[in-house]
Amino acid sequence: MTPVPYRVVGRRDETGDVTTLSLSPVTDDPMTFLPGQFNMLTAFGLGEAAISVSGAPRRGGPLEHTVRDVGPVTHALCRARIGAVIGVRGPFGTDWRIEGGPTAVESRSTLGSGTAGGPGDAVVVAGGIGLAPLRGAVHELMARREREGGRVFVIVGAREPSQVIYRDDLERWAGAGAEVAVTVDVSAPGWTGHVGLVTSLLGDAGFDPAEATALVCGPEIMMRFTARALIDSGVGSGRIQVSLERNMQCGVAWCGHCQYGPLLLCRDGPVLPYDKVARLMTQRGR
Amino acid sequence: MRELAELVAEHPLLAGLPGDAVTRVAGCARNVTFGAGDLLLAEGDAADTFYLVRRGRVAIEVHAPGRGPIMIETVGPGGTVGWSWLVPPYRWQFDARAMVPVGAIAVDGACLRDKAEVDPVLGYALMTRVVAVLLERLQMTRVRLLDLYGAGGGAG
Amino acid sequence: MQIGDARVIDVDGLDTLIRLLGDLGYATRGPVVRDGAIMPGAVAGVSDLPVGCHDEQEPGHYRLQHGDDDSVFAWAVGPGSWKADLFPPTQELWRATVEGDTVTFVEPDRSSAPLALIGTRPCELAALEVLDRVLGSGRTPDPRYTAGRDGAFIVVAECGTPAATCFCTSMGTGPGVDSGFDLALSELADADGHRFVVRAGTERGADVAARLPATAATASDLGARDQILATAARAMTRTMPADGLAELLARNLEHPRWDEVADRCLACGNCTLVCPTCFCSDVSDTSTLSGEVRRQRSWASCFDLDHSYLHGGPVRASTATRYRQWLTHKLSTWWDQFGTSGCVGCGRCIAWCPVGIDITEEATAIAVSDGATRSGSPPGEAAS
Repeated sequence: MTPVPYRVVGRRDETGDVTTLSLSPVTDDPMTFLPGQFNMLTAFGLGEAAISVSGAPRRGGPLEHTVRDVGPVTHALCRARIGAVIGVRGPFGTDWRIEGGPTAVESRSTLGSGTAGGPGDAVVVAGGIGLAPLRGAVHELMARREREGGRVFVIVGAREPSQVIYRDDLERWAGAGAEVAVTVDVSAPGWTGHVGLVTSLLGDAGFDPAEATALVCGPEIMMRFTARALIDSGVGSGRIQVSLERNMQCGVAWCGHCQYGPLLLCRDGPVLPYDKVARLMTQRGR
Repeated sequence: MRELAELVAEHPLLAGLPGDAVTRVAGCARNVTFGAGDLLLAEGDAADTFYLVRRGRVAIEVHAPGRGPIMIETVGPGGTVGWSWLVPPYRWQFDARAMVPVGAIAVDGACLRDKAEVDPVLGYALMTRVVAVLLERLQMTRVRLLDLYGAGGGAG
Repeated sequence: MQIGDARVIDVDGLDTLIRLLGDLGYATRGPVVRDGAIMPGAVAGVSDLPVGCHDEQEPGHYRLQHGDDDSVFAWAVGPGSWKADLFPPTQELWRATVEGDTVTFVEPDRSSAPLALIGTRPCELAALEVLDRVLGSGRTPDPRYTAGRDGAFIVVAECGTPAATCFCTSMGTGPGVDSGFDLALSELADADGHRFVVRAGTERGADVAARLPATAATASDLGARDQILATAARAMTRTMPADGLAELLARNLEHPRWDEVADRCLACGNCTLVCPTCFCSDVSDTSTLSGEVRRQRSWASCFDLDHSYLHGGPVRASTATRYRQWLTHKLSTWWDQFGTSGCVGCGRCIAWCPVGIDITEEATAIAVSDGATRSGSPPGEAAS
């Protein structure tokens, strides 16, 4: 239960209050994780925060976490200098189930495959910093696309242009053949892209809803609206996955804080199929 | 029934509708009240009944964990609460809650759709009135997005 | 003596039992009178136990009477439970010094004498079995809990005098019990004297009992035990609606009763403090001027306003949503999470609620108006 010391070997300021840290274990072997899982990061002396892993598991290299500054612990993490030591416990939780990806096992019900000719369309919809837990999943989907074909759609919404994170990755994915679309709620000088809600991009995205599977992450309101829009366009609710969030303090199902109705999110989530949580997400104050 | 038709005719959304049209709309309606804090409609529910507000004030809200219900807009006397009954999949996108005691005319959306279906003249009359209100709301929402009162928002 | 055998000891024999367990290296813990209530404490012999004590419990009411009789276990339960011995209210998880990129951890010394938990009520034993599923199993069992629990020698004292707040029979957890203990005592006091039927539930329990001055249990002794348990079961005044309780609460999340109980509930969290199965905890880090960092885990309550803090505020801001969380977790979603009910019918939450909220009454109120919602259905009252 003690955190493993990791050294900050790189840092990138994504936006004013969002920083991506690259971490390398001081003495231990690098951890193995799956996209969608999270770690508990310790800013020694201040506390611990649950942060999704934002790196790609099979790419090697340092462990990456994208952190938003919302309190004393995340503030310290965002300010951590190169060489600083932070603690890492994990990985915890469920991952984005990608058929043909690192988690695929015969017995697991994974995202369905398409008809002969490769996997069905994979639609990734991210709102704001919700792109961070999805980054590793997109990497896996692109790797699968190289092996087996199939189309990958990455649809990103942000508040305004300066809040769009991972612009390099978005360009790289587009260059590798993914259909990438970015929209903002509010424009800024020089922006020539879409302006509007992220759900407004779904209609014209061009995916085939019949065989499509979707991974959705962002503010809860955004996930509710996006899931409903996907269902209305024909995507089965069992083929949509969301990543839910609640107060987390231990990561190991001891502290009870991450309860969401019948679920303990550190154990049963954070990634869950939408049909399992649709009703729960309508229950106010749950 | 006649009294209800009068109330219906008084509401701005239906102002100017010919008498027999008003009667037919009233045939899908009933007079209701809500206590302060009552939910008129809830996100995700089937959009069947919409409301013509006669008195009081209704908050259009959306709920988010950790932020409580977020009030987006208010609808007062003469306003209309609930539009998703007009278009498939007929499901509410937001919550609506009475902020104070509210008096309204509850209209069965499916009933009204059916009547509009068989009588395109009635249907067109309803649609033009509805579109006018929605257009005004859309335009106001766009202007609100400009965040005019924020730092650097424009107005001196 | 074998598992399943029954013997009889007298009060001196009970005293011998406690001292023998102490000699065997156990830290002997049992009920003691402290601060006007029966609380867990260290016991060295029978004289430390609540001899002659009787409790009077009602919603929001607890009084301890001291009688002239020499009964040892003629009371129901006090506000404390063995939870505090196995899962302490505060515990240090680790401390560390950070120098450059070297972090040196020190984990607390968890070695301590194994516990002998004397006078454990059947409902209390059931509570430990519930906590076993929460803290003692799964992917990451709590090592402090499992170390204490695995080594603990349990001496049950079956119940003969339930309190008015008890409802163990409707939760299937008492007043008697047949397994899960090392030894079980049933106190008898009649023409044949003041004595205890002793049953062994494990080999080590049988070994210990074999060393006590005991006589064989007669049919009359065993019959007297049955009588006492039957009388105790009939004496329960409260019941929890039994069938389909978990589903009932799951489909009544918008029931008006939640607002009604919230008008009375102070959100003080007493119920979670006295409940033998509540397990929520806060994890916090502190640092000292000398640069040492400590991580601590301490009891928390879902009634705390910031228990559900997320993105700038609590998810459960109102008392109604917090009360609903507590009750639906205890009686409904605990099944989804751990495969059992969280409630063992001990009634502590009823006695120790300052305003006397009774969860059996709340659950029953919802059961009798299953399906009711706040604004009635369909929404909107017809105007006159």
